[in-house]
Amino acid sequence: MSEHHKDIDQPTGVETTGHEWDGIKELNNPLPRWWLYIWYGTIAFSIGYMVVMPAIPALPGLGTNTRGLAGQSDRIAVAEQVESLRAQRSASGSALLTASLEEIETDRELQQFAMASGESAFGDNCATCHGAGGRGAKGYPTLADDAWLWSGTLEGIQYTLQHGIRHEEDPETRFSLMPAFGRDRLLERQQIDDVVNHVLSLSGREVDEAASSRGADIFAAQCASCHGANGTGDRTVGAPNLTDDIWVFGGEYRDVYNTVYNARNAHMPAWGERLDEATIKSLAVYVHSLGGGE
Amino acid sequence: MSRVTLITPKSPPPAPPPQDLYAKRKQIYPKLAHGKFRTVKWLAMAGMLGIYYLVPWLRWDRGTGVPDQAVLADFAGERFFFFGIEIWPQEAYYLAGLMILAALGLFLVTSLFGRVWCGYACPQTVWTDLYIWVERAFEGDRAARMRLDAKPMSFNKAWRKVGKHAVWLLIAFVTGGAFILYFHDAQMIAQTFFIGEAPLSAYWFAAILTFTTYALAGTMREQVCTYLCPWPRIQAALTDEHALNVTYRYDRGEPRGPHRKGESWEGRGDCIDCKQCVQVCPMGIDIRDGAQLECIHCALCIDACDEMMKKVERPTGLIAYDTDIAVARRAAGMRTQYRLIRARTVLYAALMVAIAALMAWGLLNRGTFEVNVLKDRSPPYVRLSDGDIRNGYTLKLVNKSGEAREMSLEANGIDGLQLEVIGLEATEAGRIFLPVAAHGVDRYRIFVTVPQETAGGRDHFTLLLQDTATGELHGNRTSFMAPGD
Repeated sequence: MSEHHKDIDQPTGVETTGHEWDGIKELNNPLPRWWLYIWYGTIAFSIGYMVVMPAIPALPGLGTNTRGLAGQSDRIAVAEQVESLRAQRSASGSALLTASLEEIETDRELQQFAMASGESAFGDNCATCHGAGGRGAKGYPTLADDAWLWSGTLEGIQYTLQHGIRHEEDPETRFSLMPAFGRDRLLERQQIDDVVNHVLSLSGREVDEAASSRGADIFAAQCASCHGANGTGDRTVGAPNLTDDIWVFGGEYRDVYNTVYNARNAHMPAWGERLDEATIKSLAVYVHSLGGGE
Repeated sequence: MSRVTLITPKSPPPAPPPQDLYAKRKQIYPKLAHGKFRTVKWLAMAGMLGIYYLVPWLRWDRGTGVPDQAVLADFAGERFFFFGIEIWPQEAYYLAGLMILAALGLFLVTSLFGRVWCGYACPQTVWTDLYIWVERAFEGDRAARMRLDAKPMSFNKAWRKVGKHAVWLLIAFVTGGAFILYFHDAQMIAQTFFIGEAPLSAYWFAAILTFTTYALAGTMREQVCTYLCPWPRIQAALTDEHALNVTYRYDRGEPRGPHRKGESWEGRGDCIDCKQCVQVCPMGIDIRDGAQLECIHCALCIDACDEMMKKVERPTGLIAYDTDIAVARRAAGMRTQYRLIRARTVLYAALMVAIAALMAWGLLNRGTFEVNVLKDRSPPYVRLSDGDIRNGYTLKLVNKSGEAREMSLEANGIDGLQLEVIGLEATEAGRIFLPVAAHGVDRYRIFVTVPQETAGGRDHFTLLLQDTATGELHGNRTSFMAPGD
């Protein structure tokens, strides 16, 4: 040892490690030892972590990743969180069950809760057909406007949600059938043309007057029983008002002709089979709020 | 082949050096200093600790329904309270401005006076000082502590060590506990904490800060400044030869050497190499080696040296706040000069003034009332049964003041436009009044209907809100959508 001369780097006065590359010497500024121990600690931790937590991915032939001793699983964690959320909400949820729809709508706290849960349930279940915010689409009524086929009251909306429309599995479903006047040969093509002209005249369109007046008689005989003598519709059978500007299946001549010829008997499932009562009530309050509530 | 011969060493490689690549920590036993800087540091410490522990208990009345804690980061309520100032989440830029101001303040002070932050105000310094004070109370001053550590374990050593660590842990816990007082109502959380009813996060943060306080101030100390803190590296870019730093005036001190009473001071420096400056140093360095990364500029060596200089009847100030350039110029026989006003100090000061002014202006002129109109995206418009077109909006009224308000609402800009607020009836005169709660956000659903004759494509209208008490007006121009182009 006594032969060893410390190699000191002149400008800095720091000892070197003795390693030299092309005249460049490595200085030895020793790292604190605790720093080294912390590094060892992280290695020990990572080994423990690998044992306790899922760490090694599925290898070919192994089938699955390692599960770890702690049994930690994001899937289970999510399920637990959903469960605890449900428990948290059950207080408000049961309040929804006991309160009437009117009470829900007037109680600020209940109303906010119902609106929030109604909105998310609407997005999950209803928006597929009725569109976000109830904007509607051809064949699927707009829920944000002021026209209703069956009922726009809170109770009416709740009933529609519960039992559906023309949902034959449910005996209490809202039901009616419009005949397919053309397909079933109830009316000749010329007669259909006449009645369509009359129907369009009801909402003030420019039509062939002669055809329209011929169609008026056919309308009185074939259509008025459901759509009313003036064409203002009948909610008890879900017959649309033909005098307004709202056309679920389109208000052009072609659309209306098609409707009379083939009939439209749209279907909506009975959500009572799939959603719980509190959710249906929340949905009723939400749909009622979209803009057409009566 | 010639390349191989080039890198082959001509002589055998040197034997591996014996020194270790890892250094064991050298325990530092700072001696208690006496003097004006020590006094200033005691006062600074008392001030800093006092602010930290007592501020959460200050009250500030803001009216009912709002916390009355003067300084509170209310995460649950999404508010930050600082005395009369109430910051909402969307105004977090005030906090950013505060951080920028603090950073610039640090830059300015560092370029003027060196690392005063490190020496007097940094929590690491303050709590380490406090911990060393406790250590001294149990184990005595430097010499006694060194003797005690050298001795084998005994009852005397054991109770002193246990007592020291117990008090350290207690201080650490009080520190961690005080931290959470800034995030909850201090009185409430102080009670619920001890009966196990505080939120889990409160226990976590109290535990984390207890641990870090104990570890950093008790056991890590100078290692934090030397190895963990980025500031010593950054400050090298901020100080220059004109910055006042704790400096050994080698022009006066060298050549150093022991001095016996009665000996002449001719031909020698004033430094008597008594090493008092090294003994009081909490970082364990020798200030006479010049400015160093480790030096936190606590100025305790100034106190230690001045004491010695008085004893040997030489002028004090052999170690003092001085600049590199002043010392160098004196050593070269030139006149010293101090330049506090330099390009960088002026720049930092100007930036600070500008940002402080900007923030003050923003705070003084910020509205306490905001109107946000969110148009429904779906449906963009609704055709009503009579053919008129209706658009839906959500009106968000943000009231940051402590007063409830009532706003009258009207809309104009499109012929035949009709306004309806869900849940509110218009008065007979056709006016609608919206109540707005204090310290809150109120939401209203609005329907705007335009006759089909005047609707078409994209149009605009203005929602006008007027405070019925003060007459304050807020307008919001928004769009109306209808089919067509």
